[in-house]
Parts: sequence; structure tokens; C-alpha cells
Amino acid sequence: MADRAIHPSTPVPQRTTVTALAPDAPAAVSLPVPAAPSAIRSYLSQRGSGALADRSFGAIMLLCACSIFAIVIFIASILVLRSRLSLTQFGLKFFTGQNWDPVSGDFGALPFIFGTLATSLVALCLAVPLALGVAIFITELCPKVLRAPISFLTELLAAIPSVVYGLWAVFVLVPIVRDQLGPWLAKYLGWTGFFGGTNFGVGLLTASIILAIMILPIISSLTRDMMTAVPTSQREAVLALGATRWEMIRIGVLRNARIGIVGAVILGLGRALGETMAVAMTIGNHPVISKSLFAPGYTLASAIANEFSEATGDLYLSALIEIGLALFLVTIVVNAIARVLVWAVTRGAPARVA
Amino acid sequence: MKRKFIASGLLAVCAAAASAQNISGAGATFPYPIYSKWFNEYSQIHPDVKINYQSIGSGGGIRQVTEGTVDFGASDATMTDQQLHDAKVKVTAIPTVLGAVVPVYNLPGVNQELKFTDDAIAGIYLGKITKWNDPYIAKENPGVNLPDANILPVYRSEGSGTTFIFTDYLSKVSPLFKSTIGTGAAVKWPVGIGQKGNEGVAGMIRQSKFSFGYVELIYATQNHMQFGTVRNKAGRFVKASTDTVTAAAAADAKTIPADYRVSITNAAGPDSYPISSFTWLLIPTVAKDPAKGKALVEFLNWMLEHGESEATGLTYAPLPKAVADRVKQTVGTLR
Repeated sequence: MADRAIHPSTPVPQRTTVTALAPDAPAAVSLPVPAAPSAIRSYLSQRGSGALADRSFGAIMLLCACSIFAIVIFIASILVLRSRLSLTQFGLKFFTGQNWDPVSGDFGALPFIFGTLATSLVALCLAVPLALGVAIFITELCPKVLRAPISFLTELLAAIPSVVYGLWAVFVLVPIVRDQLGPWLAKYLGWTGFFGGTNFGVGLLTASIILAIMILPIISSLTRDMMTAVPTSQREAVLALGATRWEMIRIGVLRNARIGIVGAVILGLGRALGETMAVAMTIGNHPVISKSLFAPGYTLASAIANEFSEATGDLYLSALIEIGLALFLVTIVVNAIARVLVWAVTRGAPARVA
Repeated sequence: MKRKFIASGLLAVCAAAASAQNISGAGATFPYPIYSKWFNEYSQIHPDVKINYQSIGSGGGIRQVTEGTVDFGASDATMTDQQLHDAKVKVTAIPTVLGAVVPVYNLPGVNQELKFTDDAIAGIYLGKITKWNDPYIAKENPGVNLPDANILPVYRSEGSGTTFIFTDYLSKVSPLFKSTIGTGAAVKWPVGIGQKGNEGVAGMIRQSKFSFGYVELIYATQNHMQFGTVRNKAGRFVKASTDTVTAAAAADAKTIPADYRVSITNAAGPDSYPISSFTWLLIPTVAKDPAKGKALVEFLNWMLEHGESEATGLTYAPLPKAVADRVKQTVGTLR
């Protein structure tokens, strides 16, 4: 039951059921004056069969669900239609080409795809542990007084527009990365090769940090909801078996909530992949593929935002729309991989066993 | 009685609406401040004409006017032969004012105004000149204590008229730049980092030591940024100002073709600032709506007679007299 209850899409059984009320019913009937039938009961007995309402309700809901398919197909087809010119000219080479030269009309999207994936993955690596920590603290360890302010602040972070994050990054984060964090990383982690070259303060690292800050509230507040949904009986049972607090959280809570947590991470990843303004302001907007996180880069979303307004020439415009198509595909593929991972991890493993 | 009153009122409103011209335009962001000032003033003198201008970028301006979605366009770049050929609505380009692009830099401890040769600027953006104390820079700046530090070139990340003017200049002075990078509103820069807008480039340069970039003259002067002088075709180092920019246009005035599709970067003449350019309004040669066409022609005549004198106040360089006279004749041919 517990593993079902924490899954968002599974309906949670009501705690107060009809059978629970049944023993009390005869007591009520034994009164001299019969109790008036309840409002719901009288409504249900008067409304006729209700079959029509039931069917039309079902049909309308089906229509709503279908609209999602329609929207996705509509977006994909427009992207393909509008990028036809570039699709026929470059074919699959568009996704593997490294050259982006509007003057000679040669377009390849690989540096943009690389930048999008690299910043999003680094952002996830930074944000997920932090978000889990915040969520665990709020649900399991936090004194009641602090719980409301911390939750409120987390949700406030999620509501800040991305351009504000971008401005903050330009004035605060960029100098910190350039003068403090960057030199430190180069000194102690330079041997990994990820922190080599000149550090200008803008680049993949700065963009990843700002993305991590932006997806942190999404992941942590969803994770918190998932963990709150784990029944207290689970915690008590694990504690009763002699677990420490950390073991209780690990076995009783995290283990039960893991599918929901992965869902939260995927949602955060989705935002990171598509984020535009804050990244455009901090990544350096230079389409190269580089091992060093200090190097400037470029993402699919910020390329469209930067170049669309002044793009002259049909091929250039078409290539930019194909960049949009690439972003669409990258999002689908990354999401699919994440789903497969979740399925592989949870398949057959009973959630309650540590 | 009352009803009659309302009816006559309505009639008056309808009549006013019928005679009022709502003209819409779209295009370049660079001349937006002066255009909005002009359109505003013109509407005050002529309450029956309302001109709405959206600064969506030169590329968008060309697209929208040639497709007939707006009544006029504006661009910082000349239309290419291909664009002229593909245009559904044929347009006439009218030069309005001039702008310039200036080199800006951040060198701690250096208070002198640096001098840049064409080779030095091209070398920096080609990635050939990587240190501030490179002989190409040091040679022209004796007595300046140039540091042995890497140059960080900054460019505009989005397509822009500023980049077009700058790359047009560099393509003229450096064959290598022309063959490897070329001219365009957006180009493939081999080195450096991109920032959005003049404010993005300026902000990056203010923050980053040893950086080098290019911004519009109007932006640099309004924000009191220090900028360097550039060597012109005559071999003199000239500082950008409304006078030196107008001088560049005047020096090339005789060679300007009838369609005004001309680049005046690297202009001859001792006082010409070399990274200067016209900005153009794109007016349909034959207006779809004759009344609107007439109103636009009247506006253009007003602009040439009164508007030009207001340009310097906003650090735009006015057209030299020789060019303004020719433009007046061109405006006369619009229908």
C-alpha cells in the first residue's frame, strides 16, 4: 500500500470509508425521529440515471487528454515544416556539424547541443544533493518554527523570473567565479582537466551554477511533497525495528519516495534544458566544444533567443528553427532516457525492502 | 436635441478617424531613440498623423516591409541583391542619420586614450594578437605601460547592425578577416565571448580586466565610457564624434550610388572616422495606400529640414549637406 500511496498518479484511498461509518449508523436510526436523508443522498436519488452526464464527462476529459497530443504534434510539425530548407540542405549533418557560420551559410548544431547537455548535467549534479538535503531537513528534521519560513523561501525562489537570476549572476556570480571560485578550482581540481584554460568568469561553469540555483526550488519542493506523502506508519515501523534516524530516513522515507524524487529531478532537468535568458547572460555565447568548464559555450535555447530577431536570409532562419527542433528532440530523448532509468532501477524491486 | 448632439459628435469622431493616418514601421534598434523623438514631435505638429515604430532589429525590418506587413522599415545594413530581388514590395532606401562603432577596453592602470590601427583590431578578433603588449598595439602607443596579459575580445552575441558595420570595416582593411570571417550582422568569431546588446558588451568590459570590445558611439558617450582612436585611411588617428562621422560621409558623398547602398567604412579624408555608417529608412517606392504614402513623404521632408538638426543632441551624426540635398530629390520620386 505504501509504495502506491506515494506515487503521484495513483489515487490515495480515503481514510474515512463508508464501512468505517457503518457501526455508528444503527445508533442514529434508533432515535425516535428518523434523521433527514443527507443532501448528497437526496440529490443522487432525484437526478435520474446520470448515464448521460457520466458519458459526456468521460468524452470531455478524453478531449482534454487528446489536446496534449494535438499540441505536441502541432509544434513538431511546424518546426519540421519551417526548417525544411535547412533539413534538406544539411540533413543529419546538421546535428553533428560543429560550424555555425551565418556569413557562408554553413550551420551545424553540435556545439549548441553539447552546451545544453553539459550545463544541464552539471547543474543537476550541483542541485540534486542540495535539493534532497533541503527536502529531508524540512520534512524530517526541521523544528516546526522554521518549517514554514524555509518552505516559503524555497517557493519564492521558484517564482523569481529568470532574467533576474541572469542579472544577479552577471553582477555577483561572474566576479565570484572569476576571482575566487575559479582560481580555487583550478588549483585543487585542475588535474582533472575540467578546470583548465583561462577563466573569464563567464562560461559553462557559471551558467551551470545559475541553472542549479534555478532548478533547486523545483526539485526540493516536489521532493518535499513526495516525502510528506510517505505514511508515518512507515517511519514508525522502521524506527521500531531499531533503525537510527538516518537509517529511518534512508529506508523508510527516501526508498519509498524514490520514484517521485526521480520525477522531481526530471522536471528540474526539463527547466534546465530549456532555460534561456539567465544562460544567455552568463555562458559567453561562443559555440565551441571544450572540456574545460571555464570555457565559454552556447546552448540551443539561448542561440534562438540571441539570433532570431536579426536573422536575415531564409537558410539562416530555417537553421535557427531547426535548432528549435533539436532542442525539442534533445528534451524528448533526455526524458525518455530518464524514464527508462527509473523503470530499470525500480523494476521488480519491492519498495519496502532496504 | 440630445440625440442630434450625440450623432453630430459621433460624426466628428468618425471624420477624424478617417483622416488620421496610422502609419506603422519596424526595424533597426540603433536609430530608435532619434526616430521615436522625431515621430513624437511630428505627431504633435500634425495631430492627424500617428507613426508607430517597433525596434525589432534590422533583419526583421527588412523582412516585414518587403512582405508588406508594415508601412515602412528601417535597417542599419544595406539590402543585399538577393533581398532586393525577392522583395514582394519594392522599397527605396532613405539615409537618415549616421552612427559609428568605437573600440572600448578595460586596462587597469592605463588612463591614456589608446590608439588602434586597423591591423591591431583585426588581429585581436582573428585571434592573432593575444597579448596587450603585442608590438602591433605597443608600436602606436609609446609611453603607455601595456600589461603582458591576455586580451579577452567581446562581441555581440545577437545579430546586430553594430556587428555589421564593424565586420564591414574589418573586411575592408584586412583580407584575412574578409576571407575567414566576412561581413554580417552575425558572424562566426574564432575567439572571444558574446554578450547581448551594447549594454551586455559594455557591462562585460567594465567587469573584466584586459577585455576589448566594440559598442555604438551613442552608447559609449551617453555612458561616459572611454574609447580609443582608430587610424583612418589617410593614416591619422581619429576619435569618433558626430563631426568626424559626418566627415566620413562627406568624403564619400560623390561616390554614393543612386540607391544609397553604400558602405562608408574606411572612408578617405583626413578627418573621417573609419567605422561609420548610414542608417536607412526603407520606404515602399509605390505606397499601397496613397494617403499613407503622401503622409510619409511629408514626414521625410520635415525630417530633412527640421529633424536633422536635432540629431547631434542625441549624438547621432546628421547627413552632410551634399547627401541631404540628394536625399531630398529621392524623396520627391516616392509615390
